Amino acid sequence: MSRLAVPAGSARAADAAPPPADPGFGVYVHWPFCAAKCPYCDFNSHVRHAPVDQARFAAALAAEARAMAERAPGKRVTSIFLGGGTPSLMAPETVGAVLDAVAAAWTVDADAEISMEANPSSVEAERFRGYRAAGVNRVSLGVQALDDRELRFLGRLHDVDQALAAIRLARETFPRLSFDLIYGRPGQTPEAWAAELERAIGLASDHLSLYQLTIEPDTMFEKLYRAGKLAMPDEETGAALYAVTQAVCEAHGMPAYEVSNHAVPGGECRHNLVYWRYGEYAGVGPGAHGRLVSGGRRHALATAREPERWLARVESWGDGVDADDILSEEEAGDEMLLMGLRLVEGIDLRRYRAIAGRGLDPGRLADLVAHGMVETIGPDRVRATRAGAFVLDAVVADLAA
Amino acid sequence: MTTAPQKNIRNFSIVAHIDHGKSTLADRLIQATGGLSDREMKDQVLDSMDIERERGITIKAQTVRLAYTAKDGETYTLNLMDTPGHVDFAYEVSRSLAACEGSLLVVDASQGVEAQTLANVYQAIDNNHEIVPILNKIDLPAAEPDRIKQQIEEVIGIDASNAVPISAKTGLNIDLVLEAIVERLPPPNGDPDAPLKAMLVDSWYDTYLGVVVLVRIIDGHLRKGDRIRMMGSGAAYDVERVGWFTPKMVSSEALGPGEIGFFTGSIKEVADTRVGDTITDDRRPTDAALPGFRPAQPVVFCGLFPVDAAEFEDLRAAMGKLRLNDASFSFEMETSAALGFGFRCGFLGLLHLEIIQERLEREFNLDLIATAPSVVYRIRLTSGDEIELHNPADMPDVVKIDTISEPWIRATILTPDEYLGAILKLCQDRRGIQADLSYVGNRAMVIYDLPLNEVVFDFYDRLKSVSKGYASFDYQLTDYREGDLVKMQILVNAEPVDALSMLVHKTQAERRGRAMCEKLKDLIPQHLFVIPIQAAIGGKIIARETVRALRKDVTAKCYGGDVTRKRKLLEKQKEGKKRMRQFGKVEIPQEAFIAALKMDE
Repeated sequence: MSRLAVPAGSARAADAAPPPADPGFGVYVHWPFCAAKCPYCDFNSHVRHAPVDQARFAAALAAEARAMAERAPGKRVTSIFLGGGTPSLMAPETVGAVLDAVAAAWTVDADAEISMEANPSSVEAERFRGYRAAGVNRVSLGVQALDDRELRFLGRLHDVDQALAAIRLARETFPRLSFDLIYGRPGQTPEAWAAELERAIGLASDHLSLYQLTIEPDTMFEKLYRAGKLAMPDEETGAALYAVTQAVCEAHGMPAYEVSNHAVPGGECRHNLVYWRYGEYAGVGPGAHGRLVSGGRRHALATAREPERWLARVESWGDGVDADDILSEEEAGDEMLLMGLRLVEGIDLRRYRAIAGRGLDPGRLADLVAHGMVETIGPDRVRATRAGAFVLDAVVADLAA
Repeated sequence: MTTAPQKNIRNFSIVAHIDHGKSTLADRLIQATGGLSDREMKDQVLDSMDIERERGITIKAQTVRLAYTAKDGETYTLNLMDTPGHVDFAYEVSRSLAACEGSLLVVDASQGVEAQTLANVYQAIDNNHEIVPILNKIDLPAAEPDRIKQQIEEVIGIDASNAVPISAKTGLNIDLVLEAIVERLPPPNGDPDAPLKAMLVDSWYDTYLGVVVLVRIIDGHLRKGDRIRMMGSGAAYDVERVGWFTPKMVSSEALGPGEIGFFTGSIKEVADTRVGDTITDDRRPTDAALPGFRPAQPVVFCGLFPVDAAEFEDLRAAMGKLRLNDASFSFEMETSAALGFGFRCGFLGLLHLEIIQERLEREFNLDLIATAPSVVYRIRLTSGDEIELHNPADMPDVVKIDTISEPWIRATILTPDEYLGAILKLCQDRRGIQADLSYVGNRAMVIYDLPLNEVVFDFYDRLKSVSKGYASFDYQLTDYREGDLVKMQILVNAEPVDALSMLVHKTQAERRGRAMCEKLKDLIPQHLFVIPIQAAIGGKIIARETVRALRKDVTAKCYGGDVTRKRKLLEKQKEGKKRMRQFGKVEIPQEAFIAALKMDE
């Protein structure tokens, strides 16, 4: 198969409808345990060999949700996201207890999106019905690859057959489904990736997360990489892989709405949109982050990362908050740029001025527009262009400087 | 104390290569004449050196007055003049030598004559010195006194048959050295009744005494309370203190003809005192000033910039303090688009540059960037005017230039035979013209005329590496010669970068230009667009490299929990961008300039 070119003039997601003025309010709940640590993962995940006391953790999560609600009272929750770690190691009753606690702490919208991450192993798939019953209406499966050898390379505990079965069952169980794939694996050509992606789209429901493999600090892959044992694609191949991703997904009606996230129109993950639109969210559980506005200032909250330490703190003080920093206008502006420019819809300049206390540097903006990295949409929005998305980190650094 | 009779005065210096034992011999002479007790020898000398350091004094020339009772029963006053001995301070050395009638030539009895020995001994001969050769370290098994004597006669051309064999370390034959000084060196013969005529040998700043001036009295007397005049600068001062060093400071009423000592007056700055100036009585001046006076003339220039722009004022203050003590170091403010605010500094040579830079960094705790050193060019304009160019960035328009001249040096290199080929090639590559090639035992001595421009770059390092450190090197400035010199500019994304422009010989331009472009290609970070890097002479591009545009630079996964981490990364990036210098649309990190300017080929 020849390398796919991005179709000229093809519609990009979010070209039509302007985003809502209110990004909503999300609640993130972190379940920090995994059956095994994946070699590429730098998330806050921990492997425990003794069984985890789920009831005790559920109680602590509930307590912390109440504590967060005291910091941000009276909010209407538009989304809840159970992430990890591996939240599908939670018993359905634990999930139910946590969701009940969130509902007790705030008001949850009737049509709130309630997502959870799950591994596509057969053991976990058996609990799908229980999660649905507990209130979960969207699941995000960590499929990662559609090739057994690649799955072993990625340290995954499932195989392709289990993944296919899990996808089938999830589609039957939940109204909405997403799954993740990791590409840019050593030796993977753009052609091979395009084929794998085509197959994945055939299995997909309304959403796909497609992440290019990156070497994160303090992971097993980093050690291998430093030792010269991991032949990562060069910049040129990385760019070709990213281009092919855009082309294939657009051709199948699942354009990117964010750097690595694709959806059919309306299928976007509302919870993650809260982050990217730089709305307010509460983080519950070990190592969870939140952004809450109180007294007109944006607070950056983070809880203790180590699960047992977090548990002890919640049980003695009511929350596990480790850091509660009031962000300066510059810091908040930086965060809004970092997140907002990831979205195809871009950012609202009026909102940026309100948050950052200044406008974007017109000179830098003009340079980036001249280089074709950034474009304006009407008088009040800017976004990264298709070309700009390839080098977004450099674009953001330029705009933020 | 009264002034000493001239027939019993001996003024001498010690000429030696580094490590051949000059300081050890000086210590032994002080010890043998009772200038200091054995115990003081350690305590006293070291203590006073510590104080010097604390006060930030560089005593470039030091004298010690020794009282020695010779075998003939008479007591002699010996003035030992210690000089820095490095070519950078050639003028200071020549003035020190002019203050003496003789020299001890110390040569390591196993290593023999070195390039630096040669340059200094010739200066001593030029000053009509009587030379007493001394073979040091004869206690070492490797010593070959006979061979070295022969070498001294062949290379230097002086009689070495009565060279004194010593070991400064063990003290062997120090008495013979003292006798030789008395017997073989001539006494001074000044006119005690003539008006005061004295040479300013050196000066330094002392926190308690102000400027201390070291002088050699030629004729007449210098007395406490006299009003003296410096004939070169024209300034007059009242003498407050007079005396000498034993090495302890000893006060006296007066200094008489032939004597060496110090005086202090109400002199504010070392810059008011010029080495080589003639000091005379303000009321009864001498008819003729001493010959050979010339103000310090910097030959090597470079820019010094603080790494942290906030340290600019500290740097200015530190330079002012150093200049209090070292009038030969000059500085003026310079602005560079690449490096910000700093100073264009003039030095007597590369060692001088290194010393000043090191003192600024060590004593004043400053972090500095030094740009590549350049020499002073003389440009004759088509208008007939002649200008001196200290900074390539200030070069006038080519159409206004008639000729450009550059300073040349005569270099003496001594090397074991096996490295000769590589050294000749190095000199040849640097546009050298061979003046002489001869053998000194199994070592070759090459004399080359070289443009200083080619030497300030990385000549020392190259010489050291091609000779595995065995070659010794010395030089003196000879003249200015017209050259086919051109200004090479470096353009980054079509914008000229002044800090990187340089004057080069036409034949070297392409090599230098290519090297610079290749280096910059690796130093300039990738941007969102392609950046051409070019070396150009006038409008002509002589070398080109390209920094490719960024192709992929985006964080794959970024959610709520990651914002803090990513923001901190972004803050670091922003901080880094602040340290970058903007050239048109290109941002170049300061480190890139430092690395490019320090470039070796």
